[in-house]
Amino acid sequence: MAVTGLLMLLFLIVHMLGNLKIFYGRDDFDHYAGWLRTIGEPVLHGAWYLWIQRFVLLLAVVLHATSAYQLSRRDLKARPTKYAHHQRAQAGYATHVMRYGGITLALFIIYHILDFTTLTLNRHGVEGAAYDNVVSSFSVWWVTAIYIVAMICLGLHIQHGFWSAAQTLGLNRPSRDRAVRGLATGLAVLLTVGFLIVPVAVLAGLVD
Amino acid sequence: MKLTLRIWRQAGPAEPGRMVAYEVPDANPDMSFLELLDVLNERLTLEGDDPVTFDHDCREGICGACGVVINGQAHGPRERTTTCQLHMREFSDGDVIDVEPWRSVAFGVVKDLMVDRSGLDRIIRAGGYISVNTGSAPEAHATPVPKPIADTAFDNATCIGCGACVAACPNGAAMLFASAKVTHLNSLPQGAPERTERVLNIVEAMDAEGFGGCTNTGECTVACPKGIPMDSIATLNREYLRASLGRK
Ligand code: HEM
Ligand code: SF4
Ligand code: FES
Repeated sequence: MAVTGLLMLLFLIVHMLGNLKIFYGRDDFDHYAGWLRTIGEPVLHGAWYLWIQRFVLLLAVVLHATSAYQLSRRDLKARPTKYAHHQRAQAGYATHVMRYGGITLALFIIYHILDFTTLTLNRHGVEGAAYDNVVSSFSVWWVTAIYIVAMICLGLHIQHGFWSAAQTLGLNRPSRDRAVRGLATGLAVLLTVGFLIVPVAVLAGLVD
Repeated sequence: MKLTLRIWRQAGPAEPGRMVAYEVPDANPDMSFLELLDVLNERLTLEGDDPVTFDHDCREGICGACGVVINGQAHGPRERTTTCQLHMREFSDGDVIDVEPWRSVAFGVVKDLMVDRSGLDRIIRAGGYISVNTGSAPEAHATPVPKPIADTAFDNATCIGCGACVAACPNGAAMLFASAKVTHLNSLPQGAPERTERVLNIVEAMDAEGFGGCTNTGECTVACPKGIPMDSIATLNREYLRASLGRK
């Protein structure tokens, strides 16, 4: 879970930064979206790189979800009896909502791909016109609302997930604990805010 | 102090159990929690009732035998304190206190508040030891151990095997316990020859006992009467990775 999670995190950082190119205008953003399909040329042909990346990411998502499912099943089996007196959780909210947050993110990814990759659910839905596709989606308040909820889930997921991955990989040390926790919170805020700037800016009419 | 205890009563491993309320009108703030149960049991015995079964031994916080969940917290509300060292001054007159056994599939209820923790013993048997010739054991100071390493080993050696970590864990995992053993012995030169097998065997034994998997919630460290830290779990993971990758 740690390895696949960190792989997805790496993608998300690049993806978030790429999205911000929308503020440079339609031509710049569409050109960037076009370039995403030709990365690796001429060593690789056409959209080969894109397909390799899609394959690796899909694999990461599937392995991450499968491990989460197996771990959850094992954990629920190991502790079937609840205490009569409610156990006051000491762990933070982010830790508490990992399962629900993860499921929400999986559903969001499906919705998101139908929105911007296959363009099935996109109101504009013109291939190659990434800028107008983005604007058409986020002009609708409830689409932006879905993204806001999903990105808050993402932030919480990363806040616990990043620290937990460092723990699983044995990278945590008492001397590093503050740094690792700080980095987890920093990445969570950076990604949530960085991703949300775009839909909020569109809804606010700053990008149109 | 006048207290109401609601205690899990279960006649045997396969019997159904339930919470039963008892009034204790003569509780004293200086009593330990176990002494409170003693007072209740004395009365139950005189009245011809079945006394409440609970585990205990040293009553000074070092053996790990005692341990019940008090108001949803393993070993009760006081930090770094076993049930036997918890005093009734932590509670107020008129309180209703829920007392339950450790809950985990790996810890079956034997009777009332007593659970079977032999799963932890089997983890110890799998790797919680070092192999030395006894009788002719070498002089301990012959092997120098740097102070920080000795401190880490000692801190982890304070684990008393009470199982509160398992009871507090929402996944019923024994990771904190296992990590205390691995960190204690794998940090020391005396544990080095068996470093690799130790961590592999301990993890295997832990899985075989039906303990859950660790999701790093940290509930265990809050319940642990000896303050074993999350860092020990990172050490176990590091040792496990190293051992699985076959590095010497
Ligand atoms: C509000 C924030 C986000 C915005 C505005 C956004 C926007 C976009 C856009 C416009 C594309 C299509 C790019 C193109 O094909 O030219 C895309 C693709 C993608 N997004 Fe996002 N995204 C956001 C958040 C996320 C998050 C949080 C995830 C993961 C959990 C994610 C995963 C993906 C994936 C996997 C693709 C690539 C699909 C493919 O081409 O195979 N996105 N995103
Ligand atoms: S790690 Fe702490 S809570 Fe767990 S068995 Fe050892 S002393 Fe008890
Ligand atoms: S009875 Fe020994 S630790 Fe409580």
